[in-house]
Amino acid sequence: MNARLRWRKFLSNFMLTMTGVCAVVSVAVLFFILGCLVYQGGTSINWNFFTKLPVPVGETGGGMANAIVGTGELLILATLFGVPIGFFGAVYLAEFSGSAMAFVVRYAADLLNGVPSIVIGIFAYAVAVHPFGHFSTYAGGFALGLMMIPITLRSTEEFLLAVPRTLREGAMALGASKWKTIVTVIVPAAYRGILTAILLAVARVAGETAPLLFTAFGNTYWSKGLKDATSSLPAVIYSYALSPYDDWHRQAWAAGLVLLVLVLVINIVARGILSRGISVPR
Amino acid sequence: MNAFARQAVSVNITPPVTAGASRETAAPAAMRMTISKVNFWYGAKQTLFDVNLGIATNKVTALIGPSGCGKSTLLRTLNRMHETVRNARLEGEILLDGKNTMAQDVTLLRRRVGMVFQRPNPFPKSIFENVAYGLRINGSKIPVADAVEKSLRHAALWDEVKDHLHKSAYELSGGQQQRLCIARALAVEPEVLLLDEPCSALDPISTAKIEELLVQLKDLCTIATVTHNMQQAARISDFTAFMLTGQLIEFNPTPQLFTKPSDPRTEAYITGRFG
Amino acid sequence: MATTTSPAHGASPLSGSRHFVNRADHGDEIARVITFIFAASVVLITLLLVLSLWQGSALARHKFGFSFFVTQVWDPNAGIFGALPFIYGTLVTAVVSLLIAVPLGIGAAIFLAELAPARVSDTLEFFIDLLAAVPSVIYGVLGIFLIVPLMRSYIEPALKKTLGFIPLFQGPAYGIGFLTAGIVLAVMIIPYIISVSREVLLSVPRDQREAALSLGATRWESTWKVVVPFARTGIMGSIFLALARALGETMAVTMVIGNTPQISASLFASGYSIAAAIANEFNEASSPLHSQALIELGLVLFLLTFILNGIARLLIIATSQRGSGTANA
Repeated sequence: MNARLRWRKFLSNFMLTMTGVCAVVSVAVLFFILGCLVYQGGTSINWNFFTKLPVPVGETGGGMANAIVGTGELLILATLFGVPIGFFGAVYLAEFSGSAMAFVVRYAADLLNGVPSIVIGIFAYAVAVHPFGHFSTYAGGFALGLMMIPITLRSTEEFLLAVPRTLREGAMALGASKWKTIVTVIVPAAYRGILTAILLAVARVAGETAPLLFTAFGNTYWSKGLKDATSSLPAVIYSYALSPYDDWHRQAWAAGLVLLVLVLVINIVARGILSRGISVPR
Repeated sequence: MNAFARQAVSVNITPPVTAGASRETAAPAAMRMTISKVNFWYGAKQTLFDVNLGIATNKVTALIGPSGCGKSTLLRTLNRMHETVRNARLEGEILLDGKNTMAQDVTLLRRRVGMVFQRPNPFPKSIFENVAYGLRINGSKIPVADAVEKSLRHAALWDEVKDHLHKSAYELSGGQQQRLCIARALAVEPEVLLLDEPCSALDPISTAKIEELLVQLKDLCTIATVTHNMQQAARISDFTAFMLTGQLIEFNPTPQLFTKPSDPRTEAYITGRFG
Repeated sequence: MATTTSPAHGASPLSGSRHFVNRADHGDEIARVITFIFAASVVLITLLLVLSLWQGSALARHKFGFSFFVTQVWDPNAGIFGALPFIYGTLVTAVVSLLIAVPLGIGAAIFLAELAPARVSDTLEFFIDLLAAVPSVIYGVLGIFLIVPLMRSYIEPALKKTLGFIPLFQGPAYGIGFLTAGIVLAVMIIPYIISVSREVLLSVPRDQREAALSLGATRWESTWKVVVPFARTGIMGSIFLALARALGETMAVTMVIGNTPQISASLFASGYSIAAAIANEFNEASSPLHSQALIELGLVLFLLTFILNGIARLLIIATSQRGSGTANA
């Protein structure tokens, strides 16, 4: 083995080891984040955190019940708005549309998917806040729903198209009409994938802060209804983290932990649903 | 196009006479590589059973057999290409010039034992850079341009590509791409060249060209080729090994194997009764 | 909808089946129209979004024209709005983040695609996907409470000591600023680079690797000189995708960049990004012109990410087509 070959071997081993280090470092970040949040925020999580309203600066105790409920409401509204458009749009793309219309819809969805969340916020403000003259839970749900549309649409379409041709033809050959085939055969065959897509979309918007700043805004108290502004976990984390009070910082860590666990759990559940059904395409 | 047609015709009329005459069937040839007692597993599935075989120096050795018989697997063990597949396990000994390949440095071994694959697999680079690749990584001392020309000439591709060496290799036809891959392998001056069904993805004219090329190349290096085409083995090889379900059934000089096979299973195969 | 049930009770088999076909077509037509409305609304919403950004910024666009992009002053009280400091801050933080994230992300992707056994690779990819799902406000919290103090006390002083002769690393170390924002962004975009690059690398045909190895290439040479170049355009795509994310990222940057509309050669200095400016000022816009200028910033951001995403998609498609096309070439 000459010197050059020895050098090449060394370089190969060294560089390949470095790629391993890159991978380990990248993955370690996830556990570091989780560890940090548990360490800093874990102690502040107690019964009050989930059941009490925030208290003014200086008083100890208090919780984030309104933010937790607010996030829940926002996610439900977003799902009610975003999922039907995404789902039915995907059915149209996969089952009915010609190629020109499909191209336009896909293009629009991809475009929407790439829009920065803060810009979504501006748009939602223009459509759902400005005309009514006040911030509202509805507007926040609208903003988050907008972001769910492209995610739901593109993945649902993919899963519908993945349903084997033979299954379609089998149903059609029995005399089922197209829409009956879709309702009774195709959608049931793809439902795990579709459910996964919806859950991932929910997880994606659950942590969004920027679109809520000008729509759901925030609220120190219980929201007086869906027409009223509401608090939400991400927005509270943002404002508490930037406040000068140690007590609020602790609360921000705790809320961060709750939010992260929520997002990760939805993600893991979603992927679990998928992997028990069909294998993930690679 | 004209060059193509002319060469193809010349190939078609020559083989039976010249190829047959050039064979020295009797003399025991020196062995460049020796395979002894090789067993091979993919995971729990054994695909080679106790194979013993010699690859004669400067001869063409063909491995034939029905698909799945293990001929490609055997070929890939010769330059330890099987190690790129996970869960692959080999027992036994493979010698190159009397030295165990398993004990050698794998990079060095593969440089000495080159390989050409089923489908043409040029790199997405220029024709020139494809051939130069092996030279560059090995830090060859000889001028790259000369070596590239030499290899392309050996692969009978030079005349067709000399005016556009810097075009993408993907602009060549399938047959030309495969000859480019042969040139690329030849550039590092391997002692043994392994070919894994080199013509299976090619049309008959390109196939004829490559067959002719292989017969010429054996002066340059030792050749082992896998083929699913018995006629091809008969046309180009000096020795033929017939394999069946992971076992070496018969290994003999080519004319003997095809005219008076010693094993009834070989006879059944070459007469087309199965496979 | 219940009308398209079985025709078994029809008068004769023939008339029954004809009856059925007519009804079925009718149902299909309704289904087509309903789903079309939803599909069309996606297009409509997108158009509306572009339109509202365009119209919402009309006043500012007419008043400032092109000078909006080259004016350094952003003074709501004086009614002068120049986007340059924001564009500068956005680009600088994005470049810093790419400088960190690209080598790390591609390195990790190479490991996952080329070296790691399939099960390890899939497991790590699962964690990478989870990492991509971490909300940006959480990165902001970690940034402000961990990275900022770390930068202020250790990293920035160390950089000043060693590389202080370069203007980039001069000036007081506050902890917040371009460099910190870039680092936080880098952590956020690494998962995107890894995921997409890994996919692209996995799609490189096996025979490319084998060809290189059979020529006596080492494993690294086969990876770096054959597999990576083969996947080059797709990897570029992943970088553009990550860049688009970095430009549009709001919360984490807002929390650590310092929010000062200034252009500074030093990476230690405070700055501002487009998204951060909108997040901070939109609710408190002092005049219609102010909010219109902010919307115009949103328009700029939209166009930037639109272009980058478009390029990214083209590059990724180009690679995957090459991956499948060569074998038959």
